[in-house]
Parts: sequence; structure tokens; C-alpha cells
Amino acid sequence: MNSGRIVGMALLGAVLGTAVIGAAQAADPPLKVGLLEDVSGDLAFMGMPKLHGSQLAVEEINKSGGILGRQIELIHLDPQGDNARYQEFGRRLLNRDKVDVLIGGITSASREALRPIVDRTTTPYFYTNQYEGGVCDASMVSMGAVPEQQFSTLIPWMVQKFGKKVYVIAADYNFGQISAEWNRKIMKDLGGEVVGEEFIPLGVSQFAQTIQNIQKAKPDWLLTINVGAAQDSFFEQAAAANLNLPMGSSIKVMLGFEHKRFKPPALNNMHATANWFEEIDTPEANDFKKRWHAKFPDELYINDMGYNAYNALYMYKALVEKAKSTKLEDMRKVIATGDACIDAPEGKVCIDPKSQHTSHRMRLISVGPKHEVTVEKDYGTIQPYWLGEIGCDLTKKNDKDQYTPSHLPSKS
Amino acid sequence: MSAELFSLFYQFADVFAFLILSAAGLAIVFGMMGVINMAHGEFIMCGAYVTVGLVNLGVPLPIAQILATLTAGIIGMIVEYLIVRRFYKRPLDSLLATWGLSLIVTQSMLLIVGSAVRGIGTPEGSFAIGGYTFSTYRLVLFGCAVAVLAGLYIIFMKTRFGVIARATMQNAAMAKALGARTGRIYSISFGIGTALAGLCGALYAPTMTLIPTMGATFVVESFVTVVIGGANVLLGTAPAAVFLAMIRMALNAGYGQIIGQIGMLFAVILIIRVLPEGLSSVLVRRGR
Repeated sequence: MNSGRIVGMALLGAVLGTAVIGAAQAADPPLKVGLLEDVSGDLAFMGMPKLHGSQLAVEEINKSGGILGRQIELIHLDPQGDNARYQEFGRRLLNRDKVDVLIGGITSASREALRPIVDRTTTPYFYTNQYEGGVCDASMVSMGAVPEQQFSTLIPWMVQKFGKKVYVIAADYNFGQISAEWNRKIMKDLGGEVVGEEFIPLGVSQFAQTIQNIQKAKPDWLLTINVGAAQDSFFEQAAAANLNLPMGSSIKVMLGFEHKRFKPPALNNMHATANWFEEIDTPEANDFKKRWHAKFPDELYINDMGYNAYNALYMYKALVEKAKSTKLEDMRKVIATGDACIDAPEGKVCIDPKSQHTSHRMRLISVGPKHEVTVEKDYGTIQPYWLGEIGCDLTKKNDKDQYTPSHLPSKS
Repeated sequence: MSAELFSLFYQFADVFAFLILSAAGLAIVFGMMGVINMAHGEFIMCGAYVTVGLVNLGVPLPIAQILATLTAGIIGMIVEYLIVRRFYKRPLDSLLATWGLSLIVTQSMLLIVGSAVRGIGTPEGSFAIGGYTFSTYRLVLFGCAVAVLAGLYIIFMKTRFGVIARATMQNAAMAKALGARTGRIYSISFGIGTALAGLCGALYAPTMTLIPTMGATFVVESFVTVVIGGANVLLGTAPAAVFLAMIRMALNAGYGQIIGQIGMLFAVILIIRVLPEGLSSVLVRRGR
């Protein structure tokens, strides 16, 4: 027997071996979960916890037997905050890797870039951020909080506590613009006044003029929906200029953990309504935090996006197991029953059949001078009711549109 | 009334300081030496991170800022020796090389230091005029910007090194023939440029969020300031910054940040169209 034949036999054996293993796995191929989260670029500090939350959930689910007995394979790509890359990677995951579910996206711009691509497939898509609300699209399940959960709670509270005049600093893209629209609507209903609105291009880091515009307008409080590390410099600069106004936001503290990133008291007197913040002190939340920090000891803060990303996988598991199928239409039948619920660390959360958005237990938190976080008010569970009220009903019709207070469904 | 006037001056000073401090280093590296340094922002980031790191170790802020400036200068000289030196005759290739360097540095920082670092807080101190309150530290930044301009003028116009450096930039072969050690001149000039970038980062570090890509927020402003300043860096950069600061301040105050940014960049396009040689071409012609 010459050496060539030995190598040949060995190769044959290896090929056969692989084929046998392959056959064993073919009966039970893993579920492919496509994940698009920024872990580099301007929003990396928010995206990193989202990746970690997904990894933690996948690890836990795989350890306890997977979904319908199938293991999960997480395929994560990093779009680096670039919407064109979101689209490119989205196509790659959907068409080439043929993922069973797509999860991710940070900014609303990236979500809107992805949505038309997802809509051309039959793959379910989970968006895991709080956002400006209004997306009525059968392919998308939204895991985060929306304005009726965040602004309809926060703004009346701020008006009652601090006064009727608000000044808005918002990032200049769809999230900031539509959130500002929500604020205008709610302030109008409350008889309040928006004394100034300033939209800031992403990447702007200098705010001396903005600070003076605010002082000139003399508001009672600020609504800060500025986005990204550069725009967050506002807090440091406002504190240095002794601006000293109460602030409210739908994205600060629990999402951007500014109270951990800035030296106190830059975030003093900030208020936010959140379904999750790391300071939540309940047995379920503490257990969740313990598991997270055991796996990721260097995590500065478990933000709400990371938490929602973790929940998204459990919600997907619940839907697939109830539907006994990974097909979007079967999963949507489960959603339509109103029975799509999981026991999350915040408590029980369910998907609303009409809008495919998630109910949340909302709390109003405030930040003190030493950046300590206190819960001011507990609203209990709030349903994502707005889309259903204005006529979005995904059990009957797939609008594939995003509605805002000024862009409502046409009455047919 | 005086409050409004002071407020105008303060806003102008603020934008001016930002433009000068972010552009000063690039004015030397790009304006004088002709190296399109795409890693300019990363030298700014380096200054900021070193400052914050040292302050967290207990070093007083001003000393940390000086050390950060020196660090950026030394790293700049090393980068010049290892990379930039090979590209003096190939400016477009220097763009690629430094861009690659910039990508490597930001990603490495992300991997090593993490995606966010806790800030150190702006030095205490604010004052009130009329209904407005102002941060004292922003005026310190303005003072530093003026000092940087004066320092550059003295170094390059009044010292022996400056004369040789300018001669080298104009005609390296001739300068070498006359006995100038041009290699060293290039190295030191590049070092001064990156040190100034580091100084910018060091000065702005307390006022900003530190992330590995923070340099990018300075880069556009620094390039446009240098480009419309024109060929004569020492005469061009300051008026360019004054001009852009006026436009941006006025538009920011009247129409908000978006219009401020659009207006400033629009003015840049106009100037490049009308004065392809930059503002300094007008000033130099008048000077003759």
C-alpha cells in the first residue's frame, strides 16, 4: 500500500464521516437567526449591548433544548451605522443565508431602509428598539416601547411638575422629527406651548448657540431627543454653562446610559419613561442582570435595546413553538389570537394583534445630582393602542406604511 | 443690549476656536507639507483619550492636556517615519495610506478601550450676563486658539527653524543642496501638526463624549478651513476661520444648526469657485 492510497483512503473516510454527520444534522438543521447590529461606528456603544443580549438569549435557549428541538445559529453582521450596509447585509442574510428570522437595526433610518427589503420576502423581522411608533407592517414585530407608552406618560407628568413651556432638541432624521411631532400633538392637547424646536444634524457636537437659544426662549423644561455620541455632548456643555433646566426624554438614561457615561451632575434632573433600565429592582430583573453580567462582566450598562433584543429571541421562540412552524403566516396566526406573550424580566409582555407592537410595563424614572436613578411613578402595563385606534389592523390588512399624527391611514 | 452683544461675541469665539483648533494641525500637515492626512481626526482622538486617561489616573487636567499634546506629537513623528515619509511625492497615495491608518486606529481603539469611555466633566465655572449663563471654559478654548495662531506665526515666521521649514516645503531639493536636513524638518513639522491635533482633542475632551470615532466630528471643519485658507497657511487659516465662524454663527443664531452647517459648506463651495487659491491668495496679492 503506497502512501498515496493511504491518503486517499483517509480522505474517503473523512468525506464519508462528514456525510454521516451531515445526514444526522439534516434531520434537525439549526434555525438561522440573522442579526444586524452596529458594534462599530458612532452608535457602537448602544449596539454592543444589543449583540450581547442576543448572544445571551441564544446561549440560554440552546442550552435548554433550542426551539422545537432545533438549535439556534446566530449570524451577526455589523453594518457600522451605515444604512446602505444595512440594506446590503439585509439582502445577504435574507437571500443568501436564507435566515429564518431577521432581527435588528438601531436608528429608525436603518429600520426604514431594511423594511422594504424584508417586505419582499416571507421572513419575519423583529425591530428591538423603542422608537417613534406608527409602523403598520405585517412582516415586522416591534419589541420596544412607542410614543403612547413613552410620551403620553412622560409629557403630561413633566407639564404638571415643571410647567407648560417646553423646548425641543431633536436629532434631524425621522426619529427626531416624528417624536417632535408627537410632542407638539400632546402639548397641544394639554394646552402647553412649544417655545422652541431645534433639529440637529447627526454628528454635530457643539452646542453653545443652542444653549443660548434655550435661555432666550425661557422654557420650563427641555425635551432632549438628540441621538448619538456627538450630540450627547450637549449635556456636558449645558451643565458647564449652568443651564440647569429639567429635562425629559424617550431615549436618555435607559438607552444611552448617559448617566454612566458623563460625570455627574451633567444628567441631573433628567426624566424618562422606560420599560427597562438596569436599576429596576425586582427578583426577575435582578436574576436577569446577574446572568448578563456573568457572561459579559465588562458591560457598562444593560440598556433597554439590549434587553429588548434579548426578549425578541424569547418572543420568537414562543411564537414558533405555539405555531409549531417557523413560517411568518403561521406565527401571525398566533399573534392574531392575542396570546403571543412571554414572561420577560420586566413582567408579562404581549404582542398586540392589530399593530404587532408589544405591551410594556412602563415606569417614569428620574436622575439625581449624583446620577442616582429613582422611580417616580409606575404606570403598570400599557398597551400599544395608538395604531389600532387610528385604523391599522394587520389581522385584516397589511398597510406596510408608517403613520404619524399628521399622516393617518386614509379612511376607506 | 450688552448681553446680546457679548452673546454674539461668545458664539463667534466658540465657533472660531473650534475651527482654528481643529484646523491648525492640518494646516501644517496638509496646507504646508501637502500630505492629505485622513488620520487627522484620529490624532485628535488620541489627544482626547490620553487626556481623559491621565485625568482618571489623578493627573491635573492642564498637565494631562500638555502630556496628551506631546504624546500625539511623538506618535505623529513615529507615523511620519514609518509611513508618511514614503509618500511625499505621491500625495494621492498618502490619502489612502492615512485613511487606512485611520480605520485601523479607530477599530483597534474600539476593541481595546471599548465603545464608550466615561467623561471627566468640564472644569467648573460659569458666569451670567443678562439672562444668559456662559461656560468659562469655552472662553479658555478661544484663548488657546488665539495662542495657537500666535505660536504658529512665531515658529514659522520668526525662527530659524521656520525659515528652513518654509524653504524645505517650497523646494526640498534646493533646501537640501543648501545644507538643510530636510528629512528632520519634515519629521518635526509633521510632529508639530499632529501635536496640534492632539491639543485640539485634549482641549475638547472634557466637553465631549469620548468614542473611537469622535475625530470624525472635527475632520470636515478642519479640511474646509484649511482648503479655503489657501496655499499660504499662516496667512490663510485665521481669516478663513473668522469668515466661516461669522457665517456659521449668524445662521446658527437665526435659523438653527442645520442651516448653519449647510450655509457654512455652501460658503466654502462659493469661495473655492471664486478663489480657487483660497483666501490667502487675495491677502498675499494685497500684501505685495
